[in-house]
Amino acid sequence: MGAGGAPHHALTRIRRDYPVSLHGVCMSIGGPQPLDKMHLDRFKALVDRYEPALVSEHLAWSTHETTYFNDLLPLPYTPATLARVADHIDEVQEAIGRPILLENPSTYVLFAQSSISETEFLDELVRRTGCGLLLDVNNVFVSATNHGFSALDYLADFPLEHVGEIHLAGHAEQTDDEGDLLLIDSHDGPVADAVWKLYDIVIGRAWRYPNPRRMG
Amino acid sequence: MQSADSKIGRLDKQSGYADGFASALLDPKRAPPAFVEGPRGKAASKRYAVYRNNVTVSLIDALAATFPATMRITGEDFFRAMARDHVRTTPPASPLLFEYGRDFADFVDCYEHARSMPWLADVVRLERAWLDAYHAADAEPLAPEALASVPPDQLANAILTPHPATRIVRSRYSVVTIFAANRGDSPVNQIDASAPEDALVTRPDLDVMVRRLPPGGAAFVSQAQRGGTSGCGGGRGGL
Repeated sequence: MGAGGAPHHALTRIRRDYPVSLHGVCMSIGGPQPLDKMHLDRFKALVDRYEPALVSEHLAWSTHETTYFNDLLPLPYTPATLARVADHIDEVQEAIGRPILLENPSTYVLFAQSSISETEFLDELVRRTGCGLLLDVNNVFVSATNHGFSALDYLADFPLEHVGEIHLAGHAEQTDDEGDLLLIDSHDGPVADAVWKLYDIVIGRAWRYPNPRRMG
Repeated sequence: MQSADSKIGRLDKQSGYADGFASALLDPKRAPPAFVEGPRGKAASKRYAVYRNNVTVSLIDALAATFPATMRITGEDFFRAMARDHVRTTPPASPLLFEYGRDFADFVDCYEHARSMPWLADVVRLERAWLDAYHAADAEPLAPEALASVPPDQLANAILTPHPATRIVRSRYSVVTIFAANRGDSPVNQIDASAPEDALVTRPDLDVMVRRLPPGGAAFVSQAQRGGTSGCGGGRGGL
């Protein structure tokens, strides 16, 4: 997102030979405050310049008030946050003139105020905004372990027909306050066997490369 | 139960989840927000600490990536402790991490454990300028022939347009020598830090160039950057 120099030079060369997927990490779509218009303009300029095959962002927030925290922070799942996140996705899609894929997060805490499950939340966002989903299988495994639910149940509820991209990554192991296993989405090691197994299950199940619907 | 529900309702209405969550991220003395929990209501101190750690460590890493010569000079432990203090008092205001660290030089100037290295902040300034040059807009540099084509009697009136990557760093210390010796992995010999040096940082093509300016050079380039006539150069184009 700089003005010029080596990064743009390299990306231009890559883009000449390959399709690229633009994966945003700091739009703060899950935050309560309005999106950063300057950042949205920069994002749009990048989409216009490189015409990526896919554009994605995270169900998370990273900026609050004037501070950028450089992490994908979690949000409670409520009717109010659902409406706001849907508005933010609409705004991004409106700006860039095409749908985005939204990535499911890996999380370490839950919110007392949550009243909607994560898969329902994502499903409803797809329905309201026409966005697609980016399924990070490692994130499913990490969150399932951390919060004691079944990754298979989660995937059974996940609207796989709207998945346009899949991510796999390595995770690290820690423990929580009670000494139970707490997985960290550290991206610092090989993909775990259990995550490969989940991936096999996902791609074995009627998942096929979708064609995200174009916005007008 | 009713009070818990109303608290949750209030939090939601006021978007309090981000206020509550953010307020303790950069302050390890503050307790995690009351509304975060583990499954089945389990405690979440260590869980919340993962976010706190991610934020702090990733921002220290960002500073370490921007200021490698500074870190080589101080050693990694010293640098990371210094960077941690800076991250906690001055976290980034932009989501573009390559913009982070603009206040770091002033912070280092006042950092009490770095008082024995009065030139360190200027190394920080030079490394910050290096990253600005790296990401600056592309522009063709002025070809030497273009200068030669200006009639000698018009040279004094020519206005030079600075290249978007051009930066000047002036120092009372040997900042260019110290920077150059520590930016790579080669062994460093004893350096006399006391000779004032001015640096020209720019990027004619893709590679950032850092040069020590001769006496008067910094004033000349700064004048050109302000758009004044050169008095001794000419033509329009990137400097």
